[in-house]
Amino acid sequence: MIFARHLGARVWILVAVLVAAAILVPAANLWLPASHPLHVPNYLVPLLGKYVCYALLALALDLVWGYVGILSLGHGAFFALGGYAMGMYLMRQIGGRGVYGNPLLPDFMVFLNWKELPWYWYGFDHFAFAALMVLLVPGLLAFVFGYFAFRSRVTGVYLSIITQAMTYALLLAFFRNDMGFGGNNGLTDFKDILGFPIAARSTRAALFAASCAALVAGVLVVGAVTRSKLGKLMIAVRDAESRTRFLGWRAEHVKLFAFTLSAVMAGVAGALYVPQVGIINPGEFAPVNSIEVVIWAAVGGRGTLLGPVIGALLVNWGKSYFTAAWPEGWLFMLGGLFVVVTLLLPRGIVGTFDHGWDALRLRRRARLAERGGSSGATDAVPNPAE
Amino acid sequence: MALARALAFFLFAVTLAGAAPAPAAAQGVDPHAIVQKFGGKQSFEATEGVIGELAATGDPSVAGALRALGEGELYWRDSDQAVFIVHGRDDPATLLDPITGEPAGTAPQSSLTKVRIKNSIRNAISDALAGLTLRAKDPAVRLNAAETLFSEADAQGIAALDAAIAAETVPAVRQKMEESRAAAVLRSDRPSEEKVEAVKVLQHRGDRAALNVLNSLSASSADPVLHRAAQAGAAAIESTIAFWNQAQNVWYGLSLGSVLLLAAIGLAITFGVMGVINMAHGEMVMLGAYTTFVVQELIRANAPGLFDWSLVIALPLAFLVSGLVGLAVERCIIRFLYGRPLETLLATFGVSLILQQGVRTLFGPTNRQVGNPGWMSGAFDVGLMSVTWNRLWIIVFALVVFAVLLLILNRTPMGLQMRAVTQNRRMAAAMGIRTPWVDALTFALGSGIAGIAGVALSQIDNVSPNLGQGYIIDSFMVVVFGGVGNLWGTLVGAMSLGILNKSLEPYAGAVLGKIVVLVLLILFIQKRPRGLFALKGRFVDA
Repeated sequence: MIFARHLGARVWILVAVLVAAAILVPAANLWLPASHPLHVPNYLVPLLGKYVCYALLALALDLVWGYVGILSLGHGAFFALGGYAMGMYLMRQIGGRGVYGNPLLPDFMVFLNWKELPWYWYGFDHFAFAALMVLLVPGLLAFVFGYFAFRSRVTGVYLSIITQAMTYALLLAFFRNDMGFGGNNGLTDFKDILGFPIAARSTRAALFAASCAALVAGVLVVGAVTRSKLGKLMIAVRDAESRTRFLGWRAEHVKLFAFTLSAVMAGVAGALYVPQVGIINPGEFAPVNSIEVVIWAAVGGRGTLLGPVIGALLVNWGKSYFTAAWPEGWLFMLGGLFVVVTLLLPRGIVGTFDHGWDALRLRRRARLAERGGSSGATDAVPNPAE
Repeated sequence: MALARALAFFLFAVTLAGAAPAPAAAQGVDPHAIVQKFGGKQSFEATEGVIGELAATGDPSVAGALRALGEGELYWRDSDQAVFIVHGRDDPATLLDPITGEPAGTAPQSSLTKVRIKNSIRNAISDALAGLTLRAKDPAVRLNAAETLFSEADAQGIAALDAAIAAETVPAVRQKMEESRAAAVLRSDRPSEEKVEAVKVLQHRGDRAALNVLNSLSASSADPVLHRAAQAGAAAIESTIAFWNQAQNVWYGLSLGSVLLLAAIGLAITFGVMGVINMAHGEMVMLGAYTTFVVQELIRANAPGLFDWSLVIALPLAFLVSGLVGLAVERCIIRFLYGRPLETLLATFGVSLILQQGVRTLFGPTNRQVGNPGWMSGAFDVGLMSVTWNRLWIIVFALVVFAVLLLILNRTPMGLQMRAVTQNRRMAAAMGIRTPWVDALTFALGSGIAGIAGVALSQIDNVSPNLGQGYIIDSFMVVVFGGVGNLWGTLVGAMSLGILNKSLEPYAGAVLGKIVVLVLLILFIQKRPRGLFALKGRFVDA
């Protein structure tokens, strides 16, 4: 109950909207006739599902950037690793239906003239194992990377740069054919997931609902963490790391926890993303992708639960719209967005709204206090996210 | 292949011979008469005999006929068995005189018959051509001929080489001839003592071709003395080659390092002074490269004679263009984000997207052609490694830029202020330094240097809107590795990353080598979070 109150009404509204979407969008796609005005066309379901995955990724980044102050420029790597783990499962599901009809080896391995499955592909024919890897691989990488980086107190832009180096190194590595992940073509031509054909409308609707559920879970987890005592500590580390350390807290442990949890969330987002878009390739590791995630969180408002979700949906909707309507202009707009948001809207949409709201409330209370003469405005106004 | 090469050399020889009439008449043999012997149906042996006769004249003017024969362009006319060169398959064919190359009328294809050849005859032709060129007038042609014979000459070639060596006056050419003669001796059945001598000559030569000859000798030779000599010679050559390979890797590494230095040095200054990472730095490099492109286009259109000067003209302009863009970015964006390095990173990334798309809209998304001036193209050999002029000039240029920057930082008032702000911004401000002004100038300077780096990179890389992206991550690595606030750190960082990268490449491949370097860097940062040459000071939060 306390947790519910702590989260605030807005977050519950978001959760309610997401749950409603998870039910209504598939329903409107599957059961409303195509002529019905509320019918959701087939192409829109995986597109919306993609956006929801992006929102989860943005939320994961927000956990480390908005709440702990670590600007990771490598979150796309965790997203892609989760995606590859899912992609490997989907590859194994193809079985003998590939172009070369090899029951054991994926097509690209047959093409490369490989004779047996590399050891790291073992187990991926079981969904449970693949799902475990979706959580474990990004989490483990983040844990090891974070352990070393935070222990030696790599902070600020240095940390941003080495996270970028990490995703860049992975990009180069996954481009190599010898890695056994399909080289620059990546993994694709998926047939089915858990026995359901992957391109079927009902499967896509279910995947969309699953993405929404994952996002709801993400919002609740991040909400629970940030509203806890640990969350207070995170904000302390963000705002004054040295002071927190001097007070006896282990700042690196706090950071490591947030970084690892965030990477796991990013991995889940990637795993849900892959079956909906039907492909995963090394391009997902590109440093530019990771920076774009940052702008989603920044537009919506970092340090809030609502912001990254709204930002990811808005920016990606804009991207889909403008890359079709005015392809030349999209990069100008994206670039402009980076500049405008950092210069004029550092709190993002949600943060600015809150800020304005708080200012308004302060003024009203001051006016009340003036009129009534009583000091009603003693409760602290929540510190707007910075 | 060898044939083609010999022919190519010969083409050269022929043009020379055309300028200076051949001494054929003086020797009393008429090459024209010999060439006519190709006419009429005859056996391959007879054809080979005629080739031998032609070679014996020692007259370079017969080369055209031999070359045409090798390419199947030598014909004889059915009516009178006269021999002509015919290019192409036009009908009626244009007849050319086989010796002078002058037009000699036309004839229908049906009245002409090709002189038949086979592979052994092709070999005879190439030998004859090589032997002829050994006596050419131009030392360069003789040198090439000697070089060609190295891999081809056998026992029969020794006599011709001996004669050529006796007549040779240029030491370098004579040495090549002697090496070729040694190779020929090793292929012949001369006595072992002579062969051991020849092994020594080849060992002195010390390159891959000599190694091949010695390796095949040590595999085939039955004589233990000779076998041992060949093996020792091959081992010595192998170690020489290994040394030069290493040298070549270091050279490539220095070359890559100088490119990294050029790209990173501007970044290092802005990062050092202002503590901000300029993600648009790569685009400043790109602007410099496009400035070069525009300058070259203008020169091509208006004053083609100035083309060799195009880079010199482009340098100050690129500095200005990128510097002004940098100044604008600093004044309009970065100064409002002071003290928020992460936001600066994001805002400058936005700027980089805008600049990229702007250039793409203006110049198109494809690569633009930027030419190399004469003094930038070509290559020369140092020992067994080849050095290209453009790489050499870029290394020199990078070092000059470095030295100039070092002078600016250490010897000018502005440099003093920049260093002061780098070390302690608030104290510098308290001492009356106008830090915003220093910031703006630093940013303009750093961007300007990126611009002139773009001029240099336009010579070795594709000039496209994505040019900058390729360098930005590597430049970060250099800065992070070298540490900020010290230009020497950038120099050492760039050169060691370059050399490390290129030394790993032969073992791990280019991509894996790069991954290894990145991983090593990430590990290095754990150990020294502020880079190799960190500023000393007592900071809690830097």
